[in-house]
Amino acid sequence: MDLFAFLLFAFIAVICAVNVVLQRHPIASALSLVGVMGSLAVLYLLLGAEFIAMAQIIVYAGAIMVLFVFVIMLLNAGTEERRGRSWLAQILGLPAMLALLGLLCFFAYRSFPDAGFAKFGDFRGGTAAEVGMALFTDYLLPFEVTSILILIAIVGAIVLARKELE
Amino acid sequence: MEFLVITAVKLALILFVFMTTLAYLQWVERKVIAHVQVRMGPSRVGPHGLLQPLADVIKLITKEGVLPPHVNKFFYLAAPFFAVFMALIAISIIPFGTSVTIPAIHIGSSTYGPYTTMMELANVNVGILLILAVSSMGVYGIALAGWASNNKYSLIGGLRSSAQMISYELPLSLAIAAPLLGAGTLSLRGIADTQAGYMLGFIPRWAIFQLPFPQIFSFIIFMIAAFAETNRIPFDLPEAENELVAGFHVEYSSMTFAAFFMAEYANMVTVCSVATLLFLGGWQPLWPEAYGSDFIAPLIFFISGAICIYHGLNPARPFDRITLPVFGVIFFGLAGLMAFPPTVPILMPIFWFLAKVGFLLFVFIWIRATLPRFRYDQLMGFAWKFLFPVALANLLITGFLVALFE
Amino acid sequence: MEPSDALKLLQNGVPISWYLTLSAVLFATGVAGFLFRRNIITVFMCIELMLNAVNLSFIAFAHQHRQVSGQLFTFFVMVVAAAEAAVGLAIILTVFRNRSTLNIDEINTLRN
Repeated sequence: MDLFAFLLFAFIAVICAVNVVLQRHPIASALSLVGVMGSLAVLYLLLGAEFIAMAQIIVYAGAIMVLFVFVIMLLNAGTEERRGRSWLAQILGLPAMLALLGLLCFFAYRSFPDAGFAKFGDFRGGTAAEVGMALFTDYLLPFEVTSILILIAIVGAIVLARKELE
Repeated sequence: MEFLVITAVKLALILFVFMTTLAYLQWVERKVIAHVQVRMGPSRVGPHGLLQPLADVIKLITKEGVLPPHVNKFFYLAAPFFAVFMALIAISIIPFGTSVTIPAIHIGSSTYGPYTTMMELANVNVGILLILAVSSMGVYGIALAGWASNNKYSLIGGLRSSAQMISYELPLSLAIAAPLLGAGTLSLRGIADTQAGYMLGFIPRWAIFQLPFPQIFSFIIFMIAAFAETNRIPFDLPEAENELVAGFHVEYSSMTFAAFFMAEYANMVTVCSVATLLFLGGWQPLWPEAYGSDFIAPLIFFISGAICIYHGLNPARPFDRITLPVFGVIFFGLAGLMAFPPTVPILMPIFWFLAKVGFLLFVFIWIRATLPRFRYDQLMGFAWKFLFPVALANLLITGFLVALFE
Repeated sequence: MEPSDALKLLQNGVPISWYLTLSAVLFATGVAGFLFRRNIITVFMCIELMLNAVNLSFIAFAHQHRQVSGQLFTFFVMVVAAAEAAVGLAIILTVFRNRSTLNIDEINTLRN
């Protein structure tokens, strides 16, 4: 059962990811990326991370990608032109990517030879209570630092994006 | 295997009831607004306009669906589908009552054993987060609809509506977080179960009455943010008919337009259901059964039936001589059903849940009939400068008091 | 694959190495988009795709070691991605205001 769910949503994730790269209009890329995030959220649920799955949809797909979509709509970014790229890049592109992928997989398999299986329900420690407990006891300092980081980002975004005062 | 069959039956039942409710919610809204404005509302199609939703559905289905040539076809057609999809997902995790036990059925020689099932489609551990996630994703339907229409007015309307929705998501989330501190669980059924019982013997332990901090401020903030999330008056500037040429759905016709309105009413029902589960105790009655709260449902239906039959005897219009007594008889039948002892444990929680949701929907419609709408900058300023700090302060006070008294 | 392998898959669940492979595929796709696309917003979205691929690896390892720390790192990565998206998009807006183009090949006045 979780094999079927994993295969289905992994397939959707890969199709949407390839769509992000191949689509010409940025809005289509953005919505494909939302599809990737949605299917990744389901995979997180399969791996027992229920709070992070919901946070992925609320934060990533529901706020960050909305920001992307707003900017694309505001800037009226049209379709990308397919102008001349160097023929070297076009010939070597796909094989180079496959080589990178092969390298990553090879090192992953070499470093983690017996990684075990992931069965749905094996790991129940991803509840909000567990995540909250760890966040506020062991990882309190990174938590506070990220809150300052967000404050910096808010101030920076407002300063950068406001209209220039004449 | 039985799990799949039971779930399929529940799915069909909930879908059927929900779709009918959406259609008749529009009838209720038109009638209530009409009576607030001292007029009658739809009264020609069927008795008291009860077949008006059917007439509207027939009109919308048979109207010509225009696909304008200048739109981005894929997103134009995908946007209402997306909006309705997100609105319906949220309904699937809302619990309506306690458990239902279907007794054993003997067909031929095989016995289909007694099945016990909870009154919801899915009990998710992180239910309230799923509601928030789905309302975050609902922004896409509107933004895409506004952009795909290739029309500057609908683009502005769509962007304004999306910006309003994401701005009010913050006070909504903070207002949801406050009673969660008292409930201690994220699943919707768990939150409603923590509100069982009575304090001092007769005050229900709903979240708005709960010590250490009655969540009445959270309730008010939640309702205000809910009005903005569902684009209802007084926050419906982006989609009002006389503002910006009806906003983001100006290029939509017939069924796609109906899809957006279905999504809006479904969002309204979802938000009212979440408010009853979080703040009003879900299906817990208002006073204990020992003092007779089981009899309020048959009493209400009995009184309605008696009023219908009384007015049927001196009718204001000729055909009311037939229709009003028929309604009276139907109400008496419902009163009898509510008083029937074997079904009382199943029907009472549903009655209380629907009564509270119905009351909140009535408040939504009442406010629509009464208030003017905000201007866009007033709306955004209200969210960021007033509602968000108030929600934050409310959360801080609640957290402090909960930590102090636990 | 022998029938006993398939049976083992159906009984034990999905091997974690498959999750790592999926993460590698998504990461490589993100790198491909990052290197080959011209539109600056699409390039930024491929960065987000890479971050998501890494998040998947973290959660898979959190499942394997039965600890919640991996999920916390995912949480921090999400927060940092949010901050980066906000500032990055503000920069893109400013660049667009000054150069009126979103093509990264044309935003090169610092060169030469």
